[in-house]
Amino acid sequence: MGPFEYFEPETVEITLSLLRKYSDTAKVCAGGTDLVVRMRKRALNPQFLICIAGIRELDYLGFEDERGLRIGCLTTIRTIERSPELKERYPMLSEVATRFGSIAIRNVATIGGNLCNALPSADMAPMLIALSAKAKLVSIDGERIVPLQDFFTGPGKTVLRADELLVEVQVPTPPPHTSGVYQKYTTRGGEELAVVGVAAVVTRGSRNESCTDVRIVLGTVVPAPMRAEKAEAILKGKIVDDEIVEKASDIAADESRPRDSIRGSADYRREMVRVLTRDALRQAFERTQSAR
Amino acid sequence: MPCEEVTYMKQRLELKVNGQTYEVLVDPWQSLADVLREELGFTGVKVSCNSGNCGSCTVLLDGKAVKSCIMFAPLAKGKEILTIEGLATESGLHPLQEAFIEHFAVQCGYCTPGMILMAKALLDENLDATEDEIREGLVGNLCRCTGYVKIVEAIMAAKEKMKVTSSH
Repeated sequence: MGPFEYFEPETVEITLSLLRKYSDTAKVCAGGTDLVVRMRKRALNPQFLICIAGIRELDYLGFEDERGLRIGCLTTIRTIERSPELKERYPMLSEVATRFGSIAIRNVATIGGNLCNALPSADMAPMLIALSAKAKLVSIDGERIVPLQDFFTGPGKTVLRADELLVEVQVPTPPPHTSGVYQKYTTRGGEELAVVGVAAVVTRGSRNESCTDVRIVLGTVVPAPMRAEKAEAILKGKIVDDEIVEKASDIAADESRPRDSIRGSADYRREMVRVLTRDALRQAFERTQSAR
Repeated sequence: MPCEEVTYMKQRLELKVNGQTYEVLVDPWQSLADVLREELGFTGVKVSCNSGNCGSCTVLLDGKAVKSCIMFAPLAKGKEILTIEGLATESGLHPLQEAFIEHFAVQCGYCTPGMILMAKALLDENLDATEDEIREGLVGNLCRCTGYVKIVEAIMAAKEKMKVTSSH
């Protein structure tokens, strides 16, 4: 690995001027759990490495009733998993964190790193998109807010410019009677990457059993995490029963675009999208019965 | 894009390992595992997969388990690093080390330092951890010899010993 020139900026401002100066010859390192592996494989060879791990002001979880949850980009997955307040308000997000890597990875891996590396199998992305989360991107010129749904453009690719830093993830407060479930399938469990990942977030009407809103987001089986919008459309406004859930799951499987890989054939993965979407929707609806 | 000439500087790094402070000059692309082993001689830090999958390089940073092979060494600055060499005290082996011996939880031994340190992190956080929680906590530490049964038995036994000690 290397050689590269190494920077440890102490502030976001210095980071942004370094990024402006070195642009795509530089790479930002947060926890490094993905980055080091890719650099060692020579898949990435930055001339400049900007390590932001020391900027502690980027490590926070903030809860506001109006604006919802704000997660600093250096917040570790372990912090997201363990925060009692997050577990209370966004149980579906803490649940995703428990399925992420192993404890030793979660202690170091950050939310910003997981999103910016943009692996199709990144665990945090589907649920965050299902919760309508946004990313705050800053550069020397100012900031912009991008819905996470529009953030990913392909494997390893995002709309983040070379002079920008993702500093915060914003998650609106879910409406009442909303629940979410992340279904991740791996062949042998443990730290393995997802073969298929499906997040479903469902909102139920306050006095009836109909589905007032639903988001289904597929991970791994698409080049970039993607909403299964056709499947969502047939559920919206309907009374939810097994038949309609099966139908929506069939449609979601059709919307997925899996490829053959060492972790599963395309056909197998497509079938698993159907199964996991069905399970995620059923569980999410079930949980709305007790959701506040 | 054109850029100015790059100068590769070694970093002066202060690391606190097993209670003692060391000053080392490192290349910034060296991993923490590499610096601990090659620069400081803590060869109890094992490197097997060198890609964050196997857990044999596990060390504790401020009590938290990390995989030192996929961490740039400067990220450990200012933290208390614990390697297997720092676990025993003058009064003897740590209960986990004793239990690993008593329960024959070591075969080739290569995963053992990482396994013991991961177990220490788990038990320090929760002395009431169930067997399922222990197994779940060990998913990032691979052992290709034992089938894990004896490792889990050893950790469960150490847990009981540590409970007794902590209640004194």
